[in-house]
Amino acid sequence: MPIEIPVEKWPGQVREITLGATPAEGGTRARTVTVGGEKAMPFMHFEAPVLHRPAVAVEIKDRKPEDWSPLLAQTWGEAMSDPAAWAKAAEAAGAEIIVLALTATGKDGSPTKPQTAVEATQAVLKATGLPVIVFGPGQAELDNVLLVAVAEATKGERLALGICEDKNYRTIVATAMANDHLVTARTPMDVNLAKQLNILISDMGFPLSRVLMDPTTGALGYGIEYGYSAMERLRLAALQGDSMTQLPMIVTPGFEAWKTKESKVGEGVPESWGDWLNRAINWEVLTAMTLIESGADIVVLRHPVSVQRVRIAIDELMSVQA
Amino acid sequence: MPLSGIQIYKLLPQTNCKECGYPTCLAFAMKLAAKQAELSSCPHVSEESKTQLAESAAPPIRLISIKSDGNEVKAGNEVVLFRHEKTFYNKPGLFVTLRDSSPLDEIKSTVHTADAYVANYVGINLTLDGFAVQATSSGDAFQAAVKAVRENTKRPLILVGDDPAVLAHGLAVLSGENPLVVGAQSSNWEAMADLAKGHKASLAIKASSLEEMASLTEKVKGKGLEDIVVYPVGKTLGESLILNTQIRRLALKKNFRPLGYPSISFPNGAEGAAQAIGKYSGFIVLDSFAPELVYPLLVLRQNIYTDPQKPIQVQPGLYEINNPKPEDPLLVTTNFSITYFSVANEVEGSGLPAWLLVADAEGMSVLTAWAAGKFDAERIAKAVKGFNVADKLSKKRIVIPGAVAVLSGELEAELPDWEIRVGPREAVDIPSFIKLAL
Repeated sequence: MPIEIPVEKWPGQVREITLGATPAEGGTRARTVTVGGEKAMPFMHFEAPVLHRPAVAVEIKDRKPEDWSPLLAQTWGEAMSDPAAWAKAAEAAGAEIIVLALTATGKDGSPTKPQTAVEATQAVLKATGLPVIVFGPGQAELDNVLLVAVAEATKGERLALGICEDKNYRTIVATAMANDHLVTARTPMDVNLAKQLNILISDMGFPLSRVLMDPTTGALGYGIEYGYSAMERLRLAALQGDSMTQLPMIVTPGFEAWKTKESKVGEGVPESWGDWLNRAINWEVLTAMTLIESGADIVVLRHPVSVQRVRIAIDELMSVQA
Repeated sequence: MPLSGIQIYKLLPQTNCKECGYPTCLAFAMKLAAKQAELSSCPHVSEESKTQLAESAAPPIRLISIKSDGNEVKAGNEVVLFRHEKTFYNKPGLFVTLRDSSPLDEIKSTVHTADAYVANYVGINLTLDGFAVQATSSGDAFQAAVKAVRENTKRPLILVGDDPAVLAHGLAVLSGENPLVVGAQSSNWEAMADLAKGHKASLAIKASSLEEMASLTEKVKGKGLEDIVVYPVGKTLGESLILNTQIRRLALKKNFRPLGYPSISFPNGAEGAAQAIGKYSGFIVLDSFAPELVYPLLVLRQNIYTDPQKPIQVQPGLYEINNPKPEDPLLVTTNFSITYFSVANEVEGSGLPAWLLVADAEGMSVLTAWAAGKFDAERIAKAVKGFNVADKLSKKRIVIPGAVAVLSGELEAELPDWEIRVGPREAVDIPSFIKLAL
């Protein structure tokens, strides 16, 4: 029986954005990663070629995190105390991008100094040839101080600097503009808020071709359905031609999944939760895969086994003959 | 696909006789399209039009139900491609596979454990839906395996095999039930259709192309069996995503009846099962039973199938945890049920007594509600006053979530004689916070 498969012809396309710059392009990266470019809903190869595979990033910290799950501490071991060693280990584990998330305070409890943040970033850039994303600790004033110092010290590298939010984006955007970097723009699981922040950023004269948007997600069991639907709606809006939503999406399933009790805690939990390590990894992988299939272009993960599993799954999603 | 008012109008007598109670046939047609009137109100409509209208009213994806002894798993009747467009209705059934080549004792113990499996998530008890028995050898061995499964669970069953004669042995011990038989393919569809029909079973039809699938469903339907499930065989996650999306689109957008059935999948691993939940499977058969996989899959299914228009909420109010006394601490959070249960479970699990004030944040989580102006100092103060919290406590001290630390100043203004404390950002850190800081 002949069947006419319904094919959606969309007027819009997501922008292609490249992270990292090689020496020829003014940076020092051994390779760059390009994401975005979608002309159809995720992995609908029969409608339009899928130009770029979603990228798997691994999150590392500038110093050993005290509140991460013991399972993560076990797997990364000593490398967690040294951002350069950690970046190398992450690359070996299959990372395509390194996310360096800066800590708010040093070991002594005082706020992290710009010089410390710069040294950590430079150590990571030296240790790996991968593109790098740098996230501030998430406190507006401190983020601005640290990210400006980092941006200036790494001019031309095309790092992505985050996190721009509606209450704090000007300083980060300005320094990204002056130093040839990208930014990530985060809004809380809402299509209109995402659009609005992208408009504010572009109103500063910053090219949208250097903005990644982070629509935020919840972990599996902790509100993933909100992020999931926000992402599907953002992608549909982009394909329908809304230029302010035509940006690749970055989400942080590793951060979200590993703060849940299911991943963090191994004792005193219900028996129905099963084996701790496998459950925790399933939690991260399922959160990531669900978001990749709803439109994520970059997923930031934490556990090496998750990285492997998600990359294999992406291979499968990409290997379809059109 | 439902007809529009104008399309329905063309099928009506167009005499404006008013006997239906509406002034014109067009007005009646509009009411029919909006499902606010019944066709039976028109005494003059032709039989031919009746049939056409009934067909258009049939759901684009047929509802299929597998039943056993009071248990039922339903799939189908879905109306959208994306959950935000309305909602997904029938949660896909999760089944665990047993093989007739395994020792009977092993089958019994797996079924026994998996059947009793319950995971509590935000106050909801989540369980598996049934079992799939795979025929690999003789009719006798298969029958013994099906019996062993049936003796240890009351849940609905799926029988899987290529040989209708072997499957018949299994069906023979399931009289009075409506199981699902998997599956018919081009080589055996006729015998399978007869078998399923004879045993009041639904039949899954397996094919690797949609064209082949559609021809087979039409042939089976021609034999008088309409309880059909489609079984698209994708070799990779990419292929299965495309096949399932195309089936759903053809059914919903083109009202393509030959594929207007729910689908079944046999995912290879967690990633495939997760995809099947989000992207359109009606029945999902897991290769084996492992709590560390079943639990996240059940939670994912619950999340994806939550109605986006109705976030799951708890009643705002003052909750008592572990029998608190007037001097015990007071925590405040929102009425989004995931938020409430995260906090309540932590406090309850710690054994520490506390008061938990749940403010009406319209069912949003702490940060989302805060961003939307639904969880601010005013709302918290309103909850404190509205639920007469001060009367129950000896110490006027309230702990707000760490994620909204910025509210503490405003809250001091709203509740001048209260001590405002900032708690941890994550629920998991609450017990240590109570022990150390309060």
